[in-house]
Amino acid sequence: MVVTTGIVVALLVPSLEFFRAVSPVEFLTGTVWSPLFKNAHFGVLPLLSGTLVVTLIAAVVCLPLGLCAAINLSEYATQRTRDVIKPILEVLAGIPTVVYGFFALTFVTPLLQRNWPFDTPPQVFNALSAGLVMGFMILPTVASISEDAMYAVPQSLRAGAAALGATKYEISTRVVVPAALSGIIAAFVLGISRAIGETMIVLIAAGGTPNLTLNPAESMQTMTAFIGAAGLGDQPTGSIGYKTIFAVGLTLFAITLIMNIISIRLVRRYREVYD
Amino acid sequence: MSTVTSPDLLTSHRGWWHRTREGLFRGAVTGSVVLGLAVLVALIAQSLVKGWPRLGLDLLTHFPSSFPDRAGVQSAIFGTLWLVVIVFVTAIPIGIGAAIYLEEYADTSTWYNRLIDVVIQNLAAVPSIVYGILGLAFLSRGFLHLGPVVLTGGLTLSFLVLPVVIIASREAIRAVPSSILDGALALGATQWQAVSRQVLPAAIPGIATGAILAVSRAIGEAAPLLLLGALQFVTFNPTGLDSSFTALPIQIFNWISRPQEGFHIAAAAAIIVLLGITLLMNGVAIWLRKHFQQQW
Repeated sequence: MVVTTGIVVALLVPSLEFFRAVSPVEFLTGTVWSPLFKNAHFGVLPLLSGTLVVTLIAAVVCLPLGLCAAINLSEYATQRTRDVIKPILEVLAGIPTVVYGFFALTFVTPLLQRNWPFDTPPQVFNALSAGLVMGFMILPTVASISEDAMYAVPQSLRAGAAALGATKYEISTRVVVPAALSGIIAAFVLGISRAIGETMIVLIAAGGTPNLTLNPAESMQTMTAFIGAAGLGDQPTGSIGYKTIFAVGLTLFAITLIMNIISIRLVRRYREVYD
Repeated sequence: MSTVTSPDLLTSHRGWWHRTREGLFRGAVTGSVVLGLAVLVALIAQSLVKGWPRLGLDLLTHFPSSFPDRAGVQSAIFGTLWLVVIVFVTAIPIGIGAAIYLEEYADTSTWYNRLIDVVIQNLAAVPSIVYGILGLAFLSRGFLHLGPVVLTGGLTLSFLVLPVVIIASREAIRAVPSSILDGALALGATQWQAVSRQVLPAAIPGIATGAILAVSRAIGEAAPLLLLGALQFVTFNPTGLDSSFTALPIQIFNWISRPQEGFHIAAAAAIIVLLGITLLMNGVAIWLRKHFQQQW
């Protein structure tokens, strides 16, 4: 409780001071972000678009793979395979994110640059490799939680569908997945919210240039990467650069908080209760 | 007659499209697990291959240096150890205490206890860098003005893992059937005696798993420490709570962001050390849960 109040106060007070210096309208609609330059601009849109692009790529990787992996473990795998893979997934979920960042920068980016099918190959720092690696980072969590939800669907539902002549594919997609939907959605929202808040991968692999673009081969800065980079630069307390950390932090906190609330709501709405 | 749980047999009575679809789907679900595991294995293998030549006693005993082949992680390892000790003595007891209160003492029908419940769930999903902002505003600068020292870093990480410890401990306590508590109470034990001598011992495997996972997360976390200003050239081990420090993930980040290839190799070697520690801890935690958790 103290911690939450602390977070809110810690974010709000300097943010208010920030918004006294910079109008919220400029902050939310400006398209140039250069708070630490002499000719400072405070438009948060480039940071938002960076976060959006990276998160979208992560979601595109993680949603189909996570769902399929969970279906495999819950519906297709033998108990033995499940007993081996589940703990491995849980152990892998604990890989520090700085390791994923290193992997994105020194393995995925060169791989993309060598095999790029289009004209201009990705820059050394690019959103694509950060997003792809982030997708695999949240994969164990998403797969594991969705699998828990699917595994909890009562056996009688599967048996009933099978008795009506449904095949394994039909049972998986039309019985088990809808029945476990609340848990699956909760897993995905949790994964996405982790992707939005992830710092180290984007700080290492996506670069440090705020860039209002949707081209994933370019370097872009996310909200978290800006906060991290600004922290590195050792801003003097009370300066406008110091206060921007809090304003961006507040934006980030608000976005993840809204996602969590949506997730809790969704789970409540779709929760099916079985005896 | 075949059993109803043999859908493959049922498929054979239907058209070719149904059979193809079954096959495609089976391929997709198997492929996704294989692909996911393959990428994670590639990630570990890449660090191993790249960092193996540098992995040795001098990596562990040397201090950071501006020459990549002489740089080592001794001060980073000691910094991480200090952080772990601080997290262990603050977050773990407070987290378990809060869990005991919420599960065994709190009246869940009151609005403030329900609010606490929701707040803790939300806190667990707050991005780690936001905790860094909290530490920056209250501990490092602002009210306490401690500066970027070991104590600040440790307490910030404690805030970060506290909700995880509380949630895991609550689940472990909740899994102990209420008949055990009721039985102890019926024999004349006080609430505290029943909780401390019956419920808690039964919940220890679950609590230990949660605690180890939390500490392992604290070891791997770099972002909040970065924000506190822990990215410094520290060539000494921490001498006290008010000493500057570096930590393993911070040191790795520092080396990754340098252009020289030699530092990338040193980073890969340090990653092997970090992965070794965190994966071992997670492995132990999950093994503990699997082997010691009782089924009621």
